[in-house]
Amino acid sequence: MTDLAASPARPGRFAKIARSVGLLRESPIGMVGLTLVLFWVLIAIFADLLPLRDPLAQAGADLLTPALTPSPDGGHYWLGTDDKGRDILARLFYGSRLVLFWSGFATVVAYAVGMLMGVAAGYRGGWWDEIISFIGNVFLAFPQMVLYIVILSQLGPDSSAGQWLAGEGFSTVWVKGLTIVLAVMFATAPQVARIVRGLVLDLKTRDYVAAAEVRGETPIYIMIVELLPNARGPLIVDACLRLGYVTIAIAALGFLGLGLPPPDPDWGKMISEVRGYGTAAANAMIWPALAISTMVLGLNLLADGLREISLRD
Amino acid sequence: MLVLALRRLASMILIMFVISVLLFVFFEGDKVNLAARVLGQYSTMEGRLQWLEDNGYNRPLWVRYSSWLYGFLTGDWKDSAQFSAPVYDFLLPRLQNTAILGGLVFVATVAISLVLGVLSGVAEAGLRDRTITVVSVFTTSIPEFASATFLVAIFVYWLDWLPGSSSFSDGFSWVELILPVATLVIYNFGYYTRMTRASMAEVMNSQYVRTAVLKGLPYRRVVIRHALRNALIAPFTVMILQLNYLLSGVVVTEVFFAYDGYGKALYDAAMFGDVYLILAGAMIAVVVAVLSQFISDIGYTFLNPRIRFA
Amino acid sequence: MVTPVLECKNLSISYYTRAGEVPAVYDFNLTVNPGEAVGIVGESGCGKSTVALAIMQYMGKNGAVTGGEIKFLGRDMRAMSDEELRRIRGSQIAMVYQEPMASLNPSMRIRDQLIEVPMIHEGLDAAAAEKRAIELLDAVRLPDPLRILNSYPHQLSGGQQQRAVIAMALLSNPKLLLLDEPTTALDVTVEAGVVELIKDIAKRFGTSMIYISHNLGLILETCDRICVMYSGQSVELGSVKQVFDQMRHPYTRGLFQSIPLPGTDRFAHPLVPIRGQLPLPRDRPTGCTFGPRCDFFQKDRCGPPQHMQEVRGDAGHQVRCARYGEIDWSAQVHQGVQSEPMQPGKVVLQVKDMKKYYEIHNNSLAALISGRGVRYVKANEKLDFEAREAETVAIVGESGCGKSTFAKVLMGLEKATGGEVLVNGVDIGKLPVKKRPQGLISSLQMVFQNPFETLNPSHSVGSQIGRVLKKFGVAKTREEIERKTAELLDMVKLPREFADRKPRQLSGGQKQRIGIARAFGGNASVVVADEPVSALDVSVQAAVTGLLTDIQRKKRTTMVFISHDLSVVRYLADRVVVMYLGRVMEQGTTDQVFAPPYHPYTEALLSAVPIADTSIVKKHIVLKGELPSPMNPPPGCPFQTRCPRKIGAICETDLPEVKELAPGHRIMCHLPEAELHQMEPVIAVARKPVH
Repeated sequence: MTDLAASPARPGRFAKIARSVGLLRESPIGMVGLTLVLFWVLIAIFADLLPLRDPLAQAGADLLTPALTPSPDGGHYWLGTDDKGRDILARLFYGSRLVLFWSGFATVVAYAVGMLMGVAAGYRGGWWDEIISFIGNVFLAFPQMVLYIVILSQLGPDSSAGQWLAGEGFSTVWVKGLTIVLAVMFATAPQVARIVRGLVLDLKTRDYVAAAEVRGETPIYIMIVELLPNARGPLIVDACLRLGYVTIAIAALGFLGLGLPPPDPDWGKMISEVRGYGTAAANAMIWPALAISTMVLGLNLLADGLREISLRD
Repeated sequence: MLVLALRRLASMILIMFVISVLLFVFFEGDKVNLAARVLGQYSTMEGRLQWLEDNGYNRPLWVRYSSWLYGFLTGDWKDSAQFSAPVYDFLLPRLQNTAILGGLVFVATVAISLVLGVLSGVAEAGLRDRTITVVSVFTTSIPEFASATFLVAIFVYWLDWLPGSSSFSDGFSWVELILPVATLVIYNFGYYTRMTRASMAEVMNSQYVRTAVLKGLPYRRVVIRHALRNALIAPFTVMILQLNYLLSGVVVTEVFFAYDGYGKALYDAAMFGDVYLILAGAMIAVVVAVLSQFISDIGYTFLNPRIRFA
Repeated sequence: MVTPVLECKNLSISYYTRAGEVPAVYDFNLTVNPGEAVGIVGESGCGKSTVALAIMQYMGKNGAVTGGEIKFLGRDMRAMSDEELRRIRGSQIAMVYQEPMASLNPSMRIRDQLIEVPMIHEGLDAAAAEKRAIELLDAVRLPDPLRILNSYPHQLSGGQQQRAVIAMALLSNPKLLLLDEPTTALDVTVEAGVVELIKDIAKRFGTSMIYISHNLGLILETCDRICVMYSGQSVELGSVKQVFDQMRHPYTRGLFQSIPLPGTDRFAHPLVPIRGQLPLPRDRPTGCTFGPRCDFFQKDRCGPPQHMQEVRGDAGHQVRCARYGEIDWSAQVHQGVQSEPMQPGKVVLQVKDMKKYYEIHNNSLAALISGRGVRYVKANEKLDFEAREAETVAIVGESGCGKSTFAKVLMGLEKATGGEVLVNGVDIGKLPVKKRPQGLISSLQMVFQNPFETLNPSHSVGSQIGRVLKKFGVAKTREEIERKTAELLDMVKLPREFADRKPRQLSGGQKQRIGIARAFGGNASVVVADEPVSALDVSVQAAVTGLLTDIQRKKRTTMVFISHDLSVVRYLADRVVVMYLGRVMEQGTTDQVFAPPYHPYTEALLSAVPIADTSIVKKHIVLKGELPSPMNPPPGCPFQTRCPRKIGAICETDLPEVKELAPGHRIMCHLPEAELHQMEPVIAVARKPVH
């Protein structure tokens, strides 16, 4: 008590986060988003603790059963089974780990690269800008699917790079995952760079940047200390949206057969695996579609809420 | 204007060059696999190497590249290894199919998002605005393969009103277009609606709209004469850029509905390593990307007198 | 008795925010009679613009009139339907806004924006409406009305835009014209023209006016009566004569004492800032709102809410002060920033024939073919002056004169194209800041213009000052930095706790103080101050200006003070350099420049400054035309296109030579010396004190 009172009233990081959540309470849309996102995050973290079936176990007799079918062990397949008789609920919940981990990882990497590109292009201008913008334009003009396939096929587990990684002790899932991260980076970083560049072009006309230049600060210092912190508001909102897009892109890759290798439960792949069975597969298709939709919806609503509160102050 | 066009043209050619070289180099390492796919998995290694030799794949990289480049410029786009047909003849009808799909999606998206965006932004924070905003966030959050799944589950499996495949196997059919168009429109219109809304709301809060109101103009005239034109500049230019997205963003939808278009062709080609088909597809994509950028620039200049009479 | 055009009775207006209802204006009373011009004056946040928007019944979504009446020609506007309001707006009551560029529709031609007013309100057809528009454009003295009609707003200069807005307001011959800071965004010589036009309109059209401004001088020039507002209330009301000569509210007096008047200087009439700052609406005291800043505050008298009361023996003069009768209004206040003339030391800064050209690339095809793809903007041409230790040199001029470009060259953000800039004998004109040694960097520092941009919003005040101390090697260890930071905060008279604050928790004046602390933190020998107070309220301006000169004098720093405001310059500069379109037109000591002989441009500038003193008589010079663009300066003398003393063809062809009229007093003009010496002072005191 006395210690607390004596310490200076500087809000810690935790207090800041708590305050942001407090602010978010005033945006109902943002709260719905946060709830959806938290739901999937908690599921991903605590999947092991939930009474779930083995997501890989195949029940030979119960193929493509509808939701709430009683299972031989006396319980229920709450969401039914897929074409190999695996429990859909377990696959969805365990799948959330893969989806969240890889899309989060990919977004962070794409953001780091995109921010560096954007801040350098925007602040340095001139040739820096020309070259960085050109590189960005090349990747933006690439048809995205070709870009993904080129990278995934050339750097995947079968490629020499992939085999080297496998020799270093990386599992196939990791090699494939890292390739996906790389592909997402190439497709996404130029878009991030474009946004950051625009923000920096605006921020660099501020007097405090001139003040830093006038006291002889290096460009690196100005970019990192003076410019980027002031772009964080719009960037946090964008990062939320971007995470949604990346989630969609990775799931779409799974759907197209370019995602993580089987038998791991990837939501996009779960749809494509059962598509051939027609009407019988309707149940097995709808749940993963709902899962991905709710997660992306959560992120989009959260971004909206954050934007709403950031516009207020 | 002409200078702008020339600059765009120059950058387009440069980008096409860089992309074609990159693709060539990338797929170079994959050529034995390509031979394997063409000849089937039980073919012998000698057979594969012989196929590569026979089809000119063993010449030095730069020779093959210049041969491709010369052919590409003179109208000979080489043959597709997978479909054993000239790339040009193979791609053209598929490009047309995608143009039909993309064109319908574009028109529908623009119409819906402009109307909803303006209705939403003109009375910010009202019930109508909130409803439209929530609906558009909702629909943008559903990826194409997910909304396609829902649509198929409802309209094909449950109601049995529409066909679940759009391969035009019995010739062109409007009915088969409904689901792919709907899928793409659902995913896309929300983003443009929200952009139109933001622009409209900003204009409605601007000082010149205040001036118009305080001049005593009727509300309709304020909105139609003073706000609308300024509010549409930004969304219009972004919507034109959507053309670029539609060309390669339709892949998932085309694959889902077995729609025989450019996106599916490119997907098949990329999975197969069909390098000449990929190159042609990529070049077309770059041209469309740069062209839509250019149209968008011109549109912006045309709509914005500050640029037109600078 | 005539019906007043407008009558506000016990008006209160609130905004609704998340924190609840915030009263913006309360207990507000104002009457405007036919043909009368009433000024509302006050600092930012006092509620003056809110009053204007409330009269227009345009409060936005979160504002509302919560009490009282607004009667227009005897009818309460609050009871009118939307349709009735619409009919009144634009035809009976019209408004002119602060930013003409933003208040005109960027994508409509002026014609369409003008003719719709009479078409809607009077049902005129397009041809008749256009005829009316041309008449009005003519009346607001816009040359070539047809060209203006066909233009888009961005094709006009700021002055032309504002005249077009005034024409638009007058199209339906309104009974009441509201002007909300109509000249604040304009250059001072352009402002003078617009003000003259407004005065003329009042006479010609008999329109009643409400003129809202923060500038007492403008109110004096345009209005019959004045209402002084403070923190949401009117505090003094009366005829201009009553309020200016016999003010009876301590706030009004504070305002007058804190504004520099170009008729006098810092030795004769020191500025007295008002201490403290404007309370936020939710922190307003229950009693006299000015109480916490007032020298005459007495708890028992000023504690309860104050009401407007008639000043005894002065009909029509009202004041919201319980103690107005007890205060000795004739007593002089002497706690001002008084200073003795300084002895300047050795020459520190020498500028010799400095040039700075910018390349402009014209990418149109025509330009490329004709080989005129690259053009030069001569931002600075032959700049020539010097500054000594402990001296303040002011560079004065309107927008586009090149004063800020010079600052950039001096600071190393731009490279000079030619000539020399010597600091302590070393040429630094072509030395960008990256290549400057650290000692040179710390000896040259700057105070920036915009208080809202001068500090990085992401970092605490202390860390931003500390960075300077560390960077310049003034302090190394953490304790040392903290101690020095505290000392600097003391120096700029801010509490030491401010080190932990973020910039958004500071007011504009406080931010500028931090900016000053930062500039002087590294023991700079030259400090450039680029319009450091122009964005601040007048009562704060005085305090910040005083602080700045105080520190500069104590530290014997050379200061280059860049400003557009001649009255501020007279207060703190030892020498003055007057610039126009990149060239020095006149320079000399402050006394030399502010007294004849003048350069004709200096003469016009001096005449254009509004002066809030009824005893001053000014020579009336209004410049014709617009400021030429620095991209396209006129041949010969740069000032020839607007010069009222132009003598003939020589002005159009030859650049004048620089004449030295007295030691150090140099003028660039073709006028013969004899004629220059015959000039009369622009500013004179009418009622000379009797000896």
